[in-house]
Amino acid sequence: MIILSNFSNIHQWLLGLIQNAVATRVVELTIIALAYLAAFALIGLLLVLAERRIAAFFQLRLGPNRVGPWGLFQTVADALKLVSKELTGTVKADKFLYGLAPYFVIITALVSMSIIPFSKEVQVFDINIGIFFFISVSSLGVIGIFLAGWSSNNKYSLIGGMRTGIQMVSYELSVGMVVVTMVILSGTLQLSQIVALQQHTWFIFQGHVSAIIAFMVMMIASTAETNRTPFDLVEAESELGAGFHTEYSGMNFAYFFLSEFMNMFLSASIIVVLFFGGWLSPFGITAGIPFMGLFWFILKVSVVIFIFMWFRWTFPRLRIDQILTLEWKYLLPINMVNIVLMAALVWLGLTF
Amino acid sequence: MSYLSDITGGIKSLLGGMTVTGKYFFINFFTRKEVITEEYPDNMDTLKMYDRFRGEVVMWHNENNEHKCTGCSSCERACPNGAIEIIWKKEVNPETGKAKRAIDKHIYHLGMCTMCGLCIEACPTDAIEWGQDFHHTTYDRTQLTKVLNKPGSKVISGTKE
Repeated sequence: MIILSNFSNIHQWLLGLIQNAVATRVVELTIIALAYLAAFALIGLLLVLAERRIAAFFQLRLGPNRVGPWGLFQTVADALKLVSKELTGTVKADKFLYGLAPYFVIITALVSMSIIPFSKEVQVFDINIGIFFFISVSSLGVIGIFLAGWSSNNKYSLIGGMRTGIQMVSYELSVGMVVVTMVILSGTLQLSQIVALQQHTWFIFQGHVSAIIAFMVMMIASTAETNRTPFDLVEAESELGAGFHTEYSGMNFAYFFLSEFMNMFLSASIIVVLFFGGWLSPFGITAGIPFMGLFWFILKVSVVIFIFMWFRWTFPRLRIDQILTLEWKYLLPINMVNIVLMAALVWLGLTF
Repeated sequence: MSYLSDITGGIKSLLGGMTVTGKYFFINFFTRKEVITEEYPDNMDTLKMYDRFRGEVVMWHNENNEHKCTGCSSCERACPNGAIEIIWKKEVNPETGKAKRAIDKHIYHLGMCTMCGLCIEACPTDAIEWGQDFHHTTYDRTQLTKVLNKPGSKVISGTKE
C-alpha cells in the first residue's frame, strides 16, 4: 500500500480523526476504492468520446459536438441512457453465468488498474511481481468474454466467444514474451523499479534494436489482446451482430463496452511503463515538481492510445486464419529471436 | 528469403496506409479543412445545395413573368405516378386572330413525386427544371399540390415545341 505511506499527512489526519488504526485503514481503503472507481468511469467515458471524435476526423466528419462544449458530455448522456435501460436477456440463457460474465470482465480491468504507477505518489499496489501480476490478472478477462458468449445461448455470441478464446490466448503469448524481453533488460518485475531504472534513459533507447522490435510486437499484440480493429473479429459487426455481447443490454452492455476501453488504457499504460519511462518527464525537466508525473503519464498514455485508434481507423479487419498466421508464424518467432538478442545485448553490455 | 521480405513489405505497406489516414486526421484536427459535414440547422442561411440535387420540380420564369412552357403535356405523359396535371386554356393571338392552346395551370403534386426526373428529360423546351429546396414539410397534405406557373405568367413568344 505505497499510496498510504506517501500520503502520510492524510493518513495522520485520518488517524487523529478516527483514533483507531484498523478503522483508519478501512476508511482509507474505501476512499481509494471510490477514487479508483471514479477514475475508471471517467477514463472510460473520456476514451469513448475521444474514440468517436478521432474516428470522425479520420473519416472527414466532425463527430459528436452537440452535448456540452466540444461534445464533452455526449458519453455522459449515453451512459445515463444505458443506466436507465431495462436489462433484458434471452429465455434459454444460463442465467447465473449470463449475469456473472460482465463482472468478470470489468473486475479484471479494475484489479489490473491497481498496479499501474500513475506517478511516484499514485500507485495503490506496488508488489514485487507487478508486471507478472498484471499479465496473470488481465488474462482472466477472457473468461468473462467466453462466459458471455457461451451463456447467451446464441450462435453469434458463441462464435464470437470462441474467436476470443483463440485470439486472446494466442496474443497473450506475444505480450508475455515481450514482457520477458523487457524484464531481461530491467532485471526486476516491480513496476515502480522498472520506472526508476529509466531515470536517465528510457528502455526503448536503452535496449535500442531489440527494444524497438519488442515495442512494435507489443503494439500489435496489445491491439489484438484488447479486441480492437483490425483484430476485432470477436465482435465483427458485419458477421456476428455484436459478437459475444449481442444479447446484453443496458448497463451490462456498458460494462463490456467500458472494459474494452479500459483494457486499451491499461495496455497503453504497460507499454508506457515498459518502454517510455512511465511517469518520468523527458530529460527530467519537471523532476522537482510534485504530481507532474501524473501529467506526463497521462500524456504518454494518450499518445499510445492515439496510435491504437490510428490503427483502428486505417487497417481492415483480418480473417481468423490470417490472425493466427500473424501470431504463430510471424510474431512468435520474431519474439523468440528477440529474446535471445536482448539477452545477448545485456550479456555483452551493449545496452545504454 | 521471402519470409523477411514479407515482414518488411508488410511493415512498409502498413506505414503507408497510416500515412494517408494520418494526413487526413491532422488536417482535420487542426484546420477542419477536409471535413465535409454540414452542421445543418446552424448553417441554414448559408447552406447551398448542389446543382445536381433533386429537391423539387420548378418552372423557370424570366423577369417579365414569362416561362417557356407551351403546354405540350409531354411531362404529364412521361410521369409514371401521375404527379403532373396540365390544365389548358385557349389563347387568341391578337395579331392573327388565331386561337392557340396554352397552359392555364401546371399542377405538380409533390406528394406523389419520386424525383425520377423523367418529366424534366421529356420537356422539349426545358421549361421545368430541378429546384434545390428541400424544406417540404407541411401540416396539411393539400399544400403539397403546387401550381408551377406563376399567376398571370405567359409563355415567351416564339417558343416552339
